[in-house]
Amino acid sequence: MTASTTAIGAGLGEQSPGPGPAGTGDTAGRPPGPPRLLDALGTVRDPELDEPITALGFVASCALSAAGDAQVRLRLPTYFCAPNFAFLMVADAYDAVAALPGVRHAEIVLEDHFASDVINGGVAAHAGFAQSFDGEAVGELHELRADFLRKAVMAGTDQVCRPLIVAGTDPARLRGMVLGDVPGSRALDRLRQRRAELGLSAGDDAPLLIDPKTGAAISDDAVPLHLRRARTTRISIESNGSICRGMLAHRYDSPGPGTEDEEDQ
Amino acid sequence: MYEKNGEKYFIVDSHMHYWNAAPDNWVKGAEQYAKGWIECFHAYQSLGPPETHWSIEHFQKYSEDDLMKDVFEDGHVDVAIFQPTYLKEWYAEGFNTTERNAALGEKHPGKFIANTRFDPRDGDVGLKTLQANVERYGSKGLKLYTAEWNNGSRGYKLSDPACYRYLEAAQNLGIKNIHVHKGPTIWPLDKDAFDVSDVDHAATDFPDLNFIVEHVGLPRIEDFCFMATQEPNVYAGLSVVIGGLMFARPKFFAKVMGELLFWVGEDKMTFGSDYGIWEPKWQIEGFVDWDYPGEEFSDFPRLGVAGKKKILGLNAARLYGIEVPAEYQLKDDTGGAPAEQDDAKLVDEAAPVAGA
Repeated sequence: MTASTTAIGAGLGEQSPGPGPAGTGDTAGRPPGPPRLLDALGTVRDPELDEPITALGFVASCALSAAGDAQVRLRLPTYFCAPNFAFLMVADAYDAVAALPGVRHAEIVLEDHFASDVINGGVAAHAGFAQSFDGEAVGELHELRADFLRKAVMAGTDQVCRPLIVAGTDPARLRGMVLGDVPGSRALDRLRQRRAELGLSAGDDAPLLIDPKTGAAISDDAVPLHLRRARTTRISIESNGSICRGMLAHRYDSPGPGTEDEEDQ
Repeated sequence: MYEKNGEKYFIVDSHMHYWNAAPDNWVKGAEQYAKGWIECFHAYQSLGPPETHWSIEHFQKYSEDDLMKDVFEDGHVDVAIFQPTYLKEWYAEGFNTTERNAALGEKHPGKFIANTRFDPRDGDVGLKTLQANVERYGSKGLKLYTAEWNNGSRGYKLSDPACYRYLEAAQNLGIKNIHVHKGPTIWPLDKDAFDVSDVDHAATDFPDLNFIVEHVGLPRIEDFCFMATQEPNVYAGLSVVIGGLMFARPKFFAKVMGELLFWVGEDKMTFGSDYGIWEPKWQIEGFVDWDYPGEEFSDFPRLGVAGKKKILGLNAARLYGIEVPAEYQLKDDTGGAPAEQDDAKLVDEAAPVAGA
């Protein structure tokens, strides 16, 4: 860590600003230092868990030199986390950081992973997944990402619908509702965003219950099963996130910058 | 056996191990993988109660005496089923082989069942080894780890033609139970390695085999549930669910149990401690005491004493033909017989308990 570098780190030897980004008081004309770097990394999600890598504690440290060289270190709960999802997170982090104004060069390093070298080298060289894992992959990861966005839409459907049902809405009535009928919430924003990412309807007049594969509205008789599947999908994703957080906490002593606890426990 | 409130539970630990992951067993040049694997397992152990945590040194290589004490003496287990995992690219003698398990089993007649395994990428040689293992150890079950690395390959699917050839051979040798464990890699790497649709295909095409999906398809519980509800010969292995969630994340444990009871049902769920990851004692005692923590779970199916008896032992006993003394059997008025769904494929004769 040089004197001209501002940093946020989880490591013992690095500067630790404590909870929350440091130096947020003066934003006028400030360079894209770690707080903004952390904001950019907060737009990167674990595609499988559908949560920001910052909140999950996957950012070990991030720093930006006065000259505009960004350095980000990422970490995962295990040495053997699935390499395809790991690649997506490193590549997305690269894109998010490199797009920040004032960043001249971005280096994203995934630490302590069996495929670290291949992933780090591949992302740095803009090589894509199939070329990075030469002979071990037949295609890029768009389809994989879309599969997990559809799961996120299902989970988000439960997050939005469950409070409505608890508040007294007859589940059968959900079928006739559009997104504009639902009171605003973080969960609703998230559901709209995931649907939009998949190219599915997300405006006020769009049906609340849709098939995340086809975009078609769910038919009356299919509503109970759809809601049931939505709940199971949410529980699965959230339980996985919970296990991942537990494993990461065992593996690393300190929480990464931006780490948030899970909501349910 | 375990007794609580006058109820007697026959315990079958249907998923456990006797491994050596110490540095003396690491393959030269692959040390980082051997180390990474066992450290990952050790992190799972951290999700259990703190007083059950082991040092990494002890975790890498526990002794026969440790196992006998933890599983049988303290752990309430009546019969334990060894599930081998080879990983010979990283561990010179294998991580936890059929031979290593069976050698221990032979010293303790009546305590263990030794399952074996295959790797469909091993060709004709592998088929001969499978046959030899089944004949030598009397195996009625197999453990398949689909993410095993083998000679440059990072894994396989159950629906691969080569795997079907092995499943056919296994069936002809008298194998009934296929324990499936998904891992993070597979060929090709751009696909989701945890996807369980290949189990669905195999379960449909091999209706005379039972498929016990270990750790209930984690991290794809939803896909597993949607599949298991449609396939009569698919079972939920609870290893990792109890060990990883019951203590550390009780709310999620309740939700996952509720989902499994809804989609899969108590007749098709089997307890496995995943020892040495977790000791069985706290898992069994906690599970017998367990109930949903509060009102918000009121629309999940209940789990009573009879259901817990099935999950902790009677279901697996039936799948493996283990004789259960009358005092542990369900009384007529406590519900249906264990593992008695429409067409469970049961072993023709009791699985020879290793060394018996």
